[in-house]
Amino acid sequence: MTALQYIVDGIALGAVYALVAVGLALVFGVMRLVNFAHGELITAAAYTLYLTSSWPKVFACAISLLVAVGLALLMELVIFRRLRYATPATALVTTFAVAFALEAVWLIAFGPQGKSADVLSSLNRTATHGSLHIRWVTITMVGVGAVLLAGTGLLLNRTRIGLEMRAAAADFRAARLLGVRANRVIGTAFLLGGLFAGVVALLLTATQPLVTPTFGLQITILALVGVVVGGMDRLVSATLGGFAIGFVNSLLGDVLPSSQGVFLTSFLYLLVIVVLVLRPGGVFVPGGASARVERV
Amino acid sequence: MSDASPALAVSGLEVRYGGVAAVRDVSLEVGRGEIVGLVGPNGAGKSSTLMAIMGAVSPSAGDVLMGGRSIRGMRSEDIARSGIALVPEGRHIFSNLSVRENLRLGLVGRRESNGVAKDLDWIQTLFPVVKDFADRHAAALSGGQQQQLAIARALLAKPDILILDEPSLGLAPVVVQAVWEALAEINRQGVTILLVEQRAQITVSFCSRTYVMSNGQIRMTLTPGDADNTERMVSAYFAS
Repeated sequence: MTALQYIVDGIALGAVYALVAVGLALVFGVMRLVNFAHGELITAAAYTLYLTSSWPKVFACAISLLVAVGLALLMELVIFRRLRYATPATALVTTFAVAFALEAVWLIAFGPQGKSADVLSSLNRTATHGSLHIRWVTITMVGVGAVLLAGTGLLLNRTRIGLEMRAAAADFRAARLLGVRANRVIGTAFLLGGLFAGVVALLLTATQPLVTPTFGLQITILALVGVVVGGMDRLVSATLGGFAIGFVNSLLGDVLPSSQGVFLTSFLYLLVIVVLVLRPGGVFVPGGASARVERV
Repeated sequence: MSDASPALAVSGLEVRYGGVAAVRDVSLEVGRGEIVGLVGPNGAGKSSTLMAIMGAVSPSAGDVLMGGRSIRGMRSEDIARSGIALVPEGRHIFSNLSVRENLRLGLVGRRESNGVAKDLDWIQTLFPVVKDFADRHAAALSGGQQQQLAIARALLAKPDILILDEPSLGLAPVVVQAVWEALAEINRQGVTILLVEQRAQITVSFCSRTYVMSNGQIRMTLTPGDADNTERMVSAYFAS
Protein backbone atom coordinates (compact mmCIF):
# COMPACT_ATOMS: atom_id res chain seq x y z
CA MET A 1 0.00 0.00 0.00
CA THR A 2 1.33 3.44 -0.90
CA ALA A 3 1.18 6.59 1.19
CA LEU A 4 -1.23 8.01 -1.39
CA GLN A 5 -3.51 5.02 -0.88
CA TYR A 6 -3.53 5.69 2.90
CA ILE A 7 -4.36 9.32 2.32
CA VAL A 8 -7.21 8.60 -0.10
CA ASP A 9 -8.73 6.05 2.30
CA GLY A 10 -8.31 8.52 5.15
CA ILE A 11 -10.04 11.31 3.25
CA ALA A 12 -12.97 8.99 2.43
CA LEU A 13 -13.51 7.87 6.01
CA GLY A 14 -12.89 11.41 7.21
CA ALA A 15 -15.68 12.63 4.92
CA VAL A 16 -18.13 10.14 6.44
CA TYR A 17 -17.16 11.12 9.98
CA ALA A 18 -17.46 14.78 9.00
CA LEU A 19 -21.07 14.17 7.95
CA VAL A 20 -21.83 12.65 11.36
CA ALA A 21 -20.03 15.58 13.01
CA VAL A 22 -22.07 18.14 11.04
CA GLY A 23 -25.30 16.45 12.11
CA LEU A 24 -24.23 16.56 15.76
CA ALA A 25 -22.87 20.11 15.55
CA LEU A 26 -25.95 21.58 13.83
CA VAL A 27 -28.21 20.35 16.63
CA PHE A 28 -25.70 21.35 19.29
CA GLY A 29 -25.41 24.80 17.72
CA VAL A 30 -29.09 25.70 17.99
CA MET A 31 -30.05 23.67 21.08
CA ARG A 32 -26.82 23.24 23.03
CA LEU A 33 -27.80 19.57 23.05
CA VAL A 34 -25.27 16.78 22.57
CA ASN A 35 -27.53 14.31 20.82
CA PHE A 36 -26.12 10.94 21.76
CA ALA A 37 -29.14 9.34 20.01
CA HIS A 38 -27.85 10.55 16.63
CA GLY A 39 -26.30 7.13 16.05
CA GLU A 40 -29.72 5.50 16.23
CA LEU A 41 -30.75 7.47 13.15
CA ILE A 42 -27.88 5.81 11.31
CA THR A 43 -28.91 2.40 12.64
CA ALA A 44 -32.56 2.99 11.71
CA ALA A 45 -31.61 3.91 8.14
CA ALA A 46 -29.31 0.86 7.91
CA TYR A 47 -32.05 -1.54 9.10
CA THR A 48 -34.46 0.08 6.62
CA LEU A 49 -31.94 -0.68 3.92
CA TYR A 50 -31.92 -4.31 5.10
CA LEU A 51 -35.74 -4.46 5.04
CA THR A 52 -35.94 -2.94 1.57
CA SER A 53 -32.92 -4.72 0.12
CA SER A 54 -35.07 -6.58 -2.41
CA TRP A 55 -36.50 -3.31 -3.76
CA PRO A 56 -34.93 -1.28 -6.55
CA LYS A 57 -31.80 0.37 -5.15
CA VAL A 58 -33.05 3.93 -5.66
CA PHE A 59 -36.26 3.28 -3.72
CA ALA A 60 -34.44 1.42 -0.95
CA CYS A 61 -32.00 4.32 -0.52
CA ALA A 62 -34.76 6.95 -0.67
CA ILE A 63 -36.88 5.15 1.94
CA SER A 64 -33.85 4.79 4.22
CA LEU A 65 -33.15 8.50 4.02
CA LEU A 66 -36.81 9.28 4.71
CA VAL A 67 -36.82 7.00 7.76
CA ALA A 68 -33.73 8.71 9.20
CA VAL A 69 -35.18 12.18 8.59
CA GLY A 70 -38.60 11.15 9.92
CA LEU A 71 -37.13 9.63 13.08
CA ALA A 72 -34.98 12.72 13.67
CA LEU A 73 -38.01 15.01 13.37
CA LEU A 74 -40.06 12.69 15.59
CA MET A 75 -37.33 12.74 18.28
CA GLU A 76 -37.35 16.54 18.19
CA LEU A 77 -41.12 16.85 18.24
CA VAL A 78 -41.93 14.25 20.87
CA ILE A 79 -38.93 14.40 23.18
CA PHE A 80 -36.40 17.17 22.72
CA ARG A 81 -38.92 19.99 22.20
CA ARG A 82 -40.05 19.43 25.76
CA LEU A 83 -36.47 19.64 27.01
CA ARG A 84 -35.55 23.05 25.63
CA TYR A 85 -35.56 24.63 29.06
CA ALA A 86 -34.12 21.61 30.88
CA THR A 87 -30.61 21.65 32.31
CA PRO A 88 -27.84 20.41 29.99
CA ALA A 89 -27.36 17.36 32.24
CA THR A 90 -31.05 16.42 32.02
CA ALA A 91 -31.05 16.83 28.26
CA LEU A 92 -27.87 14.78 27.87
CA VAL A 93 -29.17 11.94 30.05
CA THR A 94 -32.38 11.96 28.00
CA THR A 95 -30.43 11.52 24.77
CA PHE A 96 -28.67 8.54 26.39
CA ALA A 97 -32.07 7.11 27.35
CA VAL A 98 -33.41 7.58 23.83
CA ALA A 99 -30.32 5.93 22.36
CA PHE A 100 -30.47 2.89 24.61
CA ALA A 101 -34.25 2.57 24.27
CA LEU A 102 -33.96 2.52 20.49
CA GLU A 103 -31.06 0.09 20.71
CA ALA A 104 -33.34 -2.22 22.71
CA VAL A 105 -36.00 -1.84 20.01
CA TRP A 106 -33.51 -2.90 17.32
CA LEU A 107 -32.47 -5.85 19.47
CA ILE A 108 -36.06 -7.02 19.95
CA ALA A 109 -37.01 -6.44 16.33
CA PHE A 110 -33.92 -7.78 14.58
CA GLY A 111 -32.03 -9.84 17.19
CA PRO A 112 -28.36 -9.61 18.15
CA GLN A 113 -27.13 -11.23 14.93
CA GLY A 114 -26.23 -8.91 12.10
CA LYS A 115 -28.61 -8.41 9.19
CA SER A 116 -27.20 -7.90 5.74
CA ALA A 117 -28.11 -4.58 4.11
CA ASP A 118 -26.34 -5.57 0.93
CA VAL A 119 -27.77 -2.92 -1.37
CA LEU A 120 -24.79 -0.84 -2.42
CA SER A 121 -22.11 -3.55 -2.34
CA SER A 122 -21.47 -3.03 -6.06
CA LEU A 123 -19.62 0.12 -5.00
CA ASN A 124 -16.85 -2.12 -3.65
CA ARG A 125 -15.53 -2.71 -7.14
CA THR A 126 -12.01 -1.38 -7.49
CA ALA A 127 -10.66 1.15 -9.91
CA THR A 128 -6.91 0.70 -10.38
CA HIS A 129 -4.50 3.41 -11.42
CA GLY A 130 -0.88 2.22 -11.29
CA SER A 131 -0.22 1.01 -7.75
CA LEU A 132 -3.28 2.90 -6.52
CA HIS A 133 -6.41 0.80 -5.93
CA ILE A 134 -9.46 2.85 -5.18
CA ARG A 135 -12.86 1.34 -4.52
CA TRP A 136 -15.82 3.19 -5.98
CA VAL A 137 -17.27 3.50 -2.52
CA THR A 138 -14.19 5.54 -1.53
CA ILE A 139 -14.75 7.89 -4.44
CA THR A 140 -18.46 8.05 -3.56
CA MET A 141 -17.69 8.88 0.09
CA VAL A 142 -15.39 11.73 -0.90
CA GLY A 143 -17.79 13.03 -3.56
CA VAL A 144 -20.96 12.80 -1.47
CA GLY A 145 -19.20 14.22 1.59
CA ALA A 146 -17.85 17.17 -0.40
CA VAL A 147 -21.20 17.91 -2.03
CA LEU A 148 -23.18 17.71 1.22
CA LEU A 149 -20.69 19.77 3.21
CA ALA A 150 -20.53 22.40 0.46
CA GLY A 151 -24.34 22.36 0.29
CA THR A 152 -24.53 22.90 4.05
CA GLY A 153 -22.12 25.81 3.75
CA LEU A 154 -24.28 27.36 1.01
CA LEU A 155 -27.46 26.79 2.98
CA LEU A 156 -26.03 28.44 6.08
CA ASN A 157 -24.40 31.35 4.28
CA ARG A 158 -26.74 32.08 1.39
CA THR A 159 -30.27 31.41 2.60
CA ARG A 160 -32.58 33.05 5.09
CA ILE A 161 -33.05 29.88 7.15
CA GLY A 162 -29.25 29.54 7.22
CA LEU A 163 -28.89 33.08 8.52
CA GLU A 164 -31.55 32.41 11.14
CA MET A 165 -29.74 29.22 12.20
CA ARG A 166 -26.42 31.05 12.54
CA ALA A 167 -28.06 33.79 14.57
CA ALA A 168 -29.86 31.24 16.76
CA ALA A 169 -26.61 29.35 17.31
CA ALA A 170 -24.93 32.55 18.50
CA ASP A 171 -27.73 33.88 20.73
CA PHE A 172 -31.05 32.05 20.59
CA ARG A 173 -32.93 34.44 22.84
CA ALA A 174 -31.89 37.50 20.85
CA ALA A 175 -32.80 35.71 17.62
CA ARG A 176 -36.28 34.88 18.92
CA LEU A 177 -36.78 38.50 19.97
CA LEU A 178 -36.20 39.40 16.31
CA GLY A 179 -38.90 36.97 15.19
CA VAL A 180 -36.78 33.89 14.43
CA ARG A 181 -39.06 30.90 14.94
CA ALA A 182 -37.45 28.43 17.35
CA ASN A 183 -39.38 25.42 16.04
CA ARG A 184 -38.41 26.11 12.44
CA VAL A 185 -34.71 26.58 13.19
CA ILE A 186 -34.42 23.57 15.49
CA GLY A 187 -36.56 21.44 13.17
CA THR A 188 -34.27 22.28 10.25
CA ALA A 189 -31.21 21.31 12.30
CA PHE A 190 -32.77 17.94 13.14
CA LEU A 191 -33.91 17.45 9.54
CA LEU A 192 -30.39 18.02 8.23
CA GLY A 193 -28.95 15.82 10.98
CA GLY A 194 -31.36 13.04 10.00
CA LEU A 195 -30.55 13.42 6.30
CA PHE A 196 -26.82 13.22 6.95
CA ALA A 197 -27.31 10.21 9.25
CA GLY A 198 -29.22 8.49 6.46
CA VAL A 199 -26.46 9.21 3.94
CA VAL A 200 -23.85 7.91 6.40
CA ALA A 201 -25.86 4.69 6.76
CA LEU A 202 -25.90 4.22 2.97
CA LEU A 203 -22.15 4.79 2.72
CA LEU A 204 -21.28 2.60 5.71
CA THR A 205 -23.45 -0.34 4.62
CA ALA A 206 -21.63 -0.28 1.29
CA THR A 207 -18.39 -1.15 3.10
CA GLN A 208 -19.75 -3.13 6.07
CA PRO A 209 -23.24 -4.43 5.17
CA LEU A 210 -23.77 -6.35 8.42
CA VAL A 211 -26.13 -4.22 10.51
CA THR A 212 -26.28 -4.82 14.28
CA PRO A 213 -28.17 -2.90 17.00
CA THR A 214 -25.00 -0.88 17.73
CA PHE A 215 -24.26 -0.14 14.07
CA GLY A 216 -24.44 3.65 14.40
CA LEU A 217 -23.13 3.90 17.93
CA GLN A 218 -19.38 3.48 17.40
CA ILE A 219 -19.09 6.04 14.60
CA THR A 220 -21.23 8.51 16.56
CA ILE A 221 -19.07 8.26 19.68
CA LEU A 222 -15.91 8.72 17.63
CA ALA A 223 -17.43 11.58 15.64
CA LEU A 224 -18.54 13.20 18.89
CA VAL A 225 -14.98 12.93 20.15
CA GLY A 226 -13.89 14.55 16.88
CA VAL A 227 -16.41 17.36 17.36
CA VAL A 228 -15.06 18.08 20.84
CA VAL A 229 -11.45 17.83 19.68
CA GLY A 230 -12.14 20.15 16.75
CA GLY A 231 -14.11 22.67 18.75
CA MET A 232 -17.79 22.23 19.47
CA ASP A 233 -18.94 25.84 19.31
CA ARG A 234 -18.24 26.37 15.63
CA LEU A 235 -19.63 24.27 12.82
CA VAL A 236 -16.46 24.48 10.74
CA SER A 237 -14.16 23.43 13.59
CA ALA A 238 -16.55 20.64 14.62
CA THR A 239 -16.68 19.36 11.05
CA LEU A 240 -12.90 19.49 10.72
CA GLY A 241 -12.64 17.63 14.03
CA GLY A 242 -14.97 14.92 12.72
CA PHE A 243 -12.98 14.70 9.51
CA ALA A 244 -9.68 14.52 11.42
CA ILE A 245 -10.84 11.70 13.69
CA GLY A 246 -12.06 9.70 10.68
CA PHE A 247 -8.83 10.37 8.82
CA VAL A 248 -6.62 9.36 11.74
CA ASN A 249 -8.80 6.31 12.41
CA SER A 250 -8.36 5.16 8.83
CA LEU A 251 -4.66 5.94 8.84
CA LEU A 252 -4.01 4.04 12.08
CA GLY A 253 -6.04 1.12 10.74
CA ASP A 254 -3.87 1.06 7.64
CA VAL A 255 -0.44 1.47 9.22
CA LEU A 256 -0.83 -0.55 12.41
CA PRO A 257 0.28 -4.16 11.99
CA SER A 258 -2.79 -6.43 11.80
CA SER A 259 -1.73 -8.08 15.10
CA GLN A 260 -2.09 -4.71 16.81
CA GLY A 261 -5.38 -3.79 15.16
CA VAL A 262 -7.23 -4.35 18.42
CA PHE A 263 -5.28 -1.45 19.93
CA LEU A 264 -6.52 0.99 17.27
CA THR A 265 -9.20 2.54 19.47
CA SER A 266 -6.78 2.81 22.40
CA PHE A 267 -4.23 4.64 20.24
CA LEU A 268 -6.96 6.94 18.96
CA TYR A 269 -8.22 7.89 22.39
CA LEU A 270 -4.66 8.32 23.68
CA LEU A 271 -4.11 10.79 20.86
CA VAL A 272 -7.37 12.54 21.75
CA ILE A 273 -6.31 12.91 25.41
CA VAL A 274 -2.97 14.43 24.39
CA VAL A 275 -4.68 16.82 21.98
CA LEU A 276 -7.32 17.92 24.49
CA VAL A 277 -4.72 18.51 27.21
CA LEU A 278 -2.75 20.72 24.84
CA ARG A 279 -5.74 22.48 23.24
CA PRO A 280 -8.79 22.11 25.48
CA GLY A 281 -10.85 24.63 23.49
CA GLY A 282 -10.48 22.70 20.26
CA VAL A 283 -7.75 22.08 17.70
CA PHE A 284 -9.41 24.15 14.99
CA VAL A 285 -10.58 27.02 17.18
CA PRO A 286 -8.39 30.13 17.29
CA GLY A 287 -7.11 30.44 20.85
CA GLY A 288 -8.24 26.88 21.61
CA ALA A 289 -5.11 26.28 23.65
CA SER A 290 -6.12 28.88 26.20
CA ALA A 291 -9.82 28.08 26.56
CA ARG A 292 -10.72 27.78 30.22
CA VAL A 293 -13.93 26.97 32.06
CA GLU A 294 -14.04 27.56 35.79
CA ARG A 295 -15.06 24.31 37.50
CA VAL A 296 -14.25 24.76 41.17
CA MET B 1 -54.93 47.43 16.09
CA SER B 2 -58.04 49.22 17.38
CA ASP B 3 -57.66 53.00 16.95
CA ALA B 4 -59.11 53.98 20.32
CA SER B 5 -56.85 51.83 22.43
CA PRO B 6 -53.25 52.72 23.33
CA ALA B 7 -50.45 51.22 21.27
CA LEU B 8 -49.19 49.37 24.33
CA ALA B 9 -50.76 48.90 27.73
CA VAL B 10 -49.45 46.95 30.69
CA SER B 11 -51.77 46.35 33.61
CA GLY B 12 -51.09 44.82 37.02
CA LEU B 13 -47.96 43.10 35.75
CA GLU B 14 -46.07 40.88 38.14
CA VAL B 15 -42.87 38.99 37.37
CA ARG B 16 -41.34 36.55 39.82
CA TYR B 17 -38.02 34.74 39.76
CA GLY B 18 -38.53 31.86 42.14
CA GLY B 19 -39.98 33.44 45.27
CA VAL B 20 -38.67 36.93 44.51
CA ALA B 21 -40.96 39.48 42.88
CA ALA B 22 -38.91 41.54 40.42
CA VAL B 23 -41.94 43.43 39.10
CA ARG B 24 -45.03 44.18 41.23
CA ASP B 25 -48.35 45.50 40.00
CA VAL B 26 -46.86 47.55 37.19
CA SER B 27 -49.29 49.39 34.93
CA LEU B 28 -48.28 51.73 32.14
CA GLU B 29 -49.57 52.98 28.82
CA VAL B 30 -47.93 54.15 25.63
CA GLY B 31 -50.23 56.07 23.31
CA ARG B 32 -49.97 55.90 19.55
CA GLY B 33 -47.12 58.03 18.27
CA GLU B 34 -45.90 58.84 21.78
CA ILE B 35 -42.40 58.59 23.20
CA VAL B 36 -42.77 57.31 26.74
CA GLY B 37 -39.90 56.81 29.14
CA LEU B 38 -39.33 54.29 31.90
CA VAL B 39 -36.49 55.16 34.25
CA GLY B 40 -35.15 53.68 37.42
CA PRO B 41 -31.93 52.54 39.07
CA ASN B 42 -30.25 49.18 38.52
CA GLY B 43 -32.45 46.32 39.69
CA ALA B 44 -35.63 48.42 39.58
CA GLY B 45 -37.33 45.84 37.36
CA LYS B 46 -37.23 47.75 34.07
CA SER B 47 -35.67 45.00 31.97
CA SER B 48 -37.90 42.34 33.58
CA THR B 49 -40.92 44.44 32.57
CA LEU B 50 -39.65 44.58 29.00
CA MET B 51 -38.89 40.86 28.94
CA ALA B 52 -42.45 40.18 30.11
CA ILE B 53 -43.85 42.47 27.40
CA MET B 54 -41.77 40.61 24.80
CA GLY B 55 -42.78 37.16 26.06
CA ALA B 56 -39.26 36.23 27.09
CA VAL B 57 -40.36 35.71 30.71
CA SER B 58 -43.82 34.62 31.87
CA PRO B 59 -45.60 37.10 34.11
CA SER B 60 -47.22 35.59 37.18
CA ALA B 61 -50.04 38.16 37.03
CA GLY B 62 -51.32 41.01 34.90
CA ASP B 63 -51.75 41.54 31.20
CA VAL B 64 -49.99 43.11 28.22
CA LEU B 65 -52.16 44.62 25.51
CA MET B 66 -51.02 45.71 22.09
CA GLY B 67 -53.61 47.88 20.41
CA GLY B 68 -56.20 46.51 22.84
CA ARG B 69 -55.35 42.87 22.10
CA SER B 70 -53.72 40.72 24.77
CA ILE B 71 -50.30 39.38 23.84
CA ARG B 72 -49.65 37.73 27.19
CA GLY B 73 -48.64 34.10 26.72
CA MET B 74 -47.55 34.60 23.12
CA ARG B 75 -44.08 33.40 22.13
CA SER B 76 -41.31 36.00 21.75
CA GLU B 77 -41.05 35.41 18.03
CA ASP B 78 -44.79 35.88 17.52
CA ILE B 79 -44.78 39.12 19.50
CA ALA B 80 -41.83 40.35 17.41
CA ARG B 81 -43.78 39.46 14.27
CA SER B 82 -46.87 41.31 15.47
CA GLY B 83 -45.25 44.75 15.34
CA ILE B 84 -43.15 45.26 18.48
CA ALA B 85 -39.40 45.52 18.00
CA LEU B 86 -37.00 45.44 20.93
CA VAL B 87 -33.49 46.88 20.99
CA PRO B 88 -32.23 44.89 23.97
CA GLU B 89 -29.86 46.02 26.67
CA GLY B 90 -26.31 45.33 25.55
CA ARG B 91 -27.52 45.49 21.91
CA HIS B 92 -27.18 41.74 21.32
CA ILE B 93 -25.56 42.23 17.97
CA PHE B 94 -24.53 38.93 16.39
CA SER B 95 -20.79 39.36 16.38
CA ASN B 96 -20.26 36.28 14.19
CA LEU B 97 -22.28 37.90 11.39
CA SER B 98 -21.56 40.86 9.15
CA VAL B 99 -23.33 44.20 9.55
CA ARG B 100 -25.39 43.42 6.44
CA GLU B 101 -26.43 40.02 7.84
CA ASN B 102 -27.35 41.55 11.19
CA LEU B 103 -29.51 44.04 9.34
CA ARG B 104 -31.15 41.30 7.25
CA LEU B 105 -32.26 39.62 10.46
CA GLY B 106 -34.51 42.62 11.02
CA LEU B 107 -36.56 41.44 8.05
CA VAL B 108 -37.48 38.22 9.87
CA GLY B 109 -40.02 40.02 12.05
CA ARG B 110 -41.36 42.23 9.26
CA ARG B 111 -45.05 41.79 8.52
CA GLU B 112 -45.10 43.18 4.99
CA SER B 113 -42.66 42.41 2.21
CA ASN B 114 -43.21 45.59 0.17
CA GLY B 115 -41.36 48.82 0.79
CA VAL B 116 -38.15 47.20 2.05
CA ALA B 117 -35.88 49.16 -0.31
CA LYS B 118 -37.49 52.49 0.64
CA ASP B 119 -37.21 51.72 4.36
CA LEU B 120 -33.62 50.61 3.94
CA ASP B 121 -32.78 53.90 2.21
CA TRP B 122 -34.28 55.84 5.10
CA ILE B 123 -32.50 53.69 7.69
CA GLN B 124 -29.16 54.09 5.88
CA THR B 125 -29.65 57.84 5.84
CA LEU B 126 -30.43 57.80 9.54
CA PHE B 127 -27.53 55.49 10.37
CA PRO B 128 -24.90 55.70 7.58
CA VAL B 129 -22.74 53.19 9.47
CA VAL B 130 -24.94 50.28 8.35
CA LYS B 131 -24.17 51.15 4.73
CA ASP B 132 -20.55 52.25 5.12
CA PHE B 133 -19.52 49.13 7.07
CA ALA B 134 -22.03 46.67 5.57
CA ASP B 135 -19.45 43.97 4.90
CA ARG B 136 -17.57 44.29 8.19
CA HIS B 137 -17.99 41.86 11.02
CA ALA B 138 -20.38 43.40 13.53
CA ALA B 139 -17.82 42.70 16.27
CA ALA B 140 -15.50 45.22 14.63
CA LEU B 141 -17.91 48.12 15.24
CA SER B 142 -17.58 50.49 18.17
CA GLY B 143 -20.22 50.51 20.93
CA GLY B 144 -21.99 53.49 19.41
CA GLN B 145 -21.98 51.94 15.95
CA GLN B 146 -23.33 48.67 17.35
CA GLN B 147 -26.13 50.61 19.03
CA GLN B 148 -27.01 52.24 15.73
CA LEU B 149 -26.96 48.85 14.02
CA ALA B 150 -29.26 47.41 16.70
CA ILE B 151 -31.77 50.24 16.19
CA ALA B 152 -31.48 49.99 12.40
CA ARG B 153 -32.11 46.24 12.59
CA ALA B 154 -35.21 46.80 14.71
CA LEU B 155 -36.49 49.47 12.30
CA LEU B 156 -36.19 47.18 9.30
CA ALA B 157 -38.95 45.10 10.89
CA LYS B 158 -41.18 48.19 10.35
CA PRO B 159 -42.57 48.04 13.87
CA ASP B 160 -45.54 49.97 15.21
CA ILE B 161 -43.80 50.08 18.59
CA LEU B 162 -40.06 50.36 19.17
CA ILE B 163 -38.80 49.46 22.64
CA LEU B 164 -35.26 50.38 23.60
CA ASP B 165 -33.58 49.06 26.71
CA GLU B 166 -30.85 51.44 27.90
CA PRO B 167 -29.64 52.55 24.47
CA SER B 168 -27.22 55.06 26.02
CA LEU B 169 -25.45 52.46 28.17
CA GLY B 170 -21.68 52.73 27.76
CA LEU B 171 -21.85 55.41 25.06
CA ALA B 172 -20.04 58.74 24.97
CA PRO B 173 -22.29 61.81 25.43
CA VAL B 174 -21.85 62.91 21.82
CA VAL B 175 -22.96 59.47 20.61
CA VAL B 176 -25.91 59.49 23.00
CA GLN B 177 -26.98 62.83 21.51
CA ALA B 178 -26.84 61.34 18.00
CA VAL B 179 -28.92 58.35 19.10
CA TRP B 180 -31.49 60.66 20.73
CA GLU B 181 -31.77 62.73 17.54
CA ALA B 182 -32.31 59.56 15.55
CA LEU B 183 -35.05 58.45 17.96
CA ALA B 184 -36.80 61.79 17.55
CA GLU B 185 -36.71 61.37 13.77
CA ILE B 186 -37.99 57.77 14.04
CA ASN B 187 -40.86 59.01 16.19
CA ARG B 188 -41.67 61.73 13.63
CA GLN B 189 -42.16 58.93 11.12
CA GLY B 190 -44.99 57.60 13.28
CA VAL B 191 -43.24 54.94 15.31
CA THR B 192 -44.37 54.70 18.93
CA ILE B 193 -41.41 54.49 21.31
CA LEU B 194 -40.96 53.11 24.81
CA LEU B 195 -37.56 54.21 26.04
CA VAL B 196 -36.08 52.50 29.09
CA GLU B 197 -33.15 54.34 30.61
CA GLN B 198 -31.11 54.97 33.72
CA ARG B 199 -30.26 58.55 32.75
CA ALA B 200 -33.32 60.13 34.27
CA GLN B 201 -32.96 63.82 33.49
CA ILE B 202 -32.31 63.50 29.76
CA THR B 203 -35.06 60.89 29.43
CA VAL B 204 -37.65 62.95 31.31
CA SER B 205 -36.93 65.99 29.16
CA PHE B 206 -37.03 63.92 25.95
CA CYS B 207 -40.20 61.87 26.50
CA SER B 208 -43.79 63.11 26.65
CA ARG B 209 -44.26 61.13 29.89
CA THR B 210 -41.80 59.15 31.96
CA TYR B 211 -42.64 56.46 34.47
CA VAL B 212 -40.26 56.15 37.39
CA MET B 213 -39.69 52.65 38.67
CA SER B 214 -37.91 51.39 41.75
CA ASN B 215 -38.02 48.14 43.69
CA GLY B 216 -40.24 46.57 41.05
CA GLN B 217 -42.98 49.21 41.19
CA ILE B 218 -43.97 52.35 39.32
CA ARG B 219 -43.53 55.20 41.82
CA MET B 220 -44.64 58.21 39.80
CA THR B 221 -44.98 59.73 36.37
CA LEU B 222 -42.95 62.74 35.33
CA THR B 223 -43.37 65.19 32.47
CA PRO B 224 -40.69 67.22 30.65
CA GLY B 225 -41.42 70.10 33.01
CA ASP B 226 -40.08 68.00 35.89
CA ALA B 227 -36.67 67.53 34.25
CA ASP B 228 -35.20 70.53 36.04
CA ASN B 229 -36.90 69.77 39.36
CA THR B 230 -33.94 67.99 40.91
CA GLU B 231 -35.61 67.39 44.25
CA ARG B 232 -38.61 65.65 42.68
CA MET B 233 -36.34 63.61 40.39
CA VAL B 234 -34.16 62.44 43.26
CA SER B 235 -37.10 61.54 45.50
CA ALA B 236 -38.74 59.62 42.63
CA TYR B 237 -35.55 57.77 41.81
CA PHE B 238 -34.71 56.66 45.29
CA ALA B 239 -38.23 56.05 46.59
CA SER B 240 -38.60 52.67 48.26
